[in-house]
Amino acid sequence: MNKSVKYITVLGVSTAAAMVLSFVETLIPNPFPVPGVKLGLANLVTLFLLLKVDWRSASIVAAIRVILTAILFGNFASLAYSAAGAALSMLVMILLKRAGVFSTAGISIAGAVSHNAGQILMAVILFRTGEIIWWLPALIVSGVVTGLAIGAAGAILVKKVELKL
Amino acid sequence: MKRKIRNDILLVFALLAAAFAAWGVIRLCQRTGAYAAVEVDGEERGRYPLSEDVRVDIETEGGVNTLVIENGEAYVIEADCPDKLCVKQGRISKVGQAVICLPHKLVIRIKGEGRADSGS
Repeated sequence: MNKSVKYITVLGVSTAAAMVLSFVETLIPNPFPVPGVKLGLANLVTLFLLLKVDWRSASIVAAIRVILTAILFGNFASLAYSAAGAALSMLVMILLKRAGVFSTAGISIAGAVSHNAGQILMAVILFRTGEIIWWLPALIVSGVVTGLAIGAAGAILVKKVELKL
Repeated sequence: MKRKIRNDILLVFALLAAAFAAWGVIRLCQRTGAYAAVEVDGEERGRYPLSEDVRVDIETEGGVNTLVIENGEAYVIEADCPDKLCVKQGRISKVGQAVICLPHKLVIRIKGEGRADSGS
């Protein structure tokens, strides 16, 4: 298959998969009563692309996924939180992957914590409230737990799924 | 790979330690508040003293949240937002604590000095 066609197809399928995961996430009851904290299932796709392909495809898919998901399922406010969380987490994960200090799980955990941090920072900015420290423990713990789960699943995917671009 | 996994574990410990420290600081500095301030989209709508039991519907652009103050605690008893996280956030009574409903842009924050909390 033509190389660039394959690239576009993979990105397209990845974006669709990420959006489906975002939707599935809304069906699962959220155990954390903290605003802005999610399970982050869609990050599975982001993580997979980052580790299996490159940071460009991961970022493209993440950006499109955030925009389309917000248009279909959300509103301007949810777009702001999603974008902030995804942007910060993408940056952190790219840097950590370059640094080569952590394995898949570590990258995913850092990504999850920074994703939550990004969303809460956006809430702080939008609401002009300063009491971010109140949410810090919940933000960190939920990030560690979800990051670990997504990281474990991501590691399995990276190992088992064949993808050559 | 072993080195990386060791680093992962260190990262998790560091994060959990930070979370624990933050939690500790929060608990130590907690003071029981005097009133609950209701803010919608950044604008203060009203203040409700924690000493008076009350049940009030707060109307926002996105919908309605029902605030209840009872026994010196404030909480959202019902709301028509899609995730109902505000209801799940439970009761608050210490200065700085807040119940937030993101879809309705509602923040209910405890303010004012009551008596210093003895830490239980």
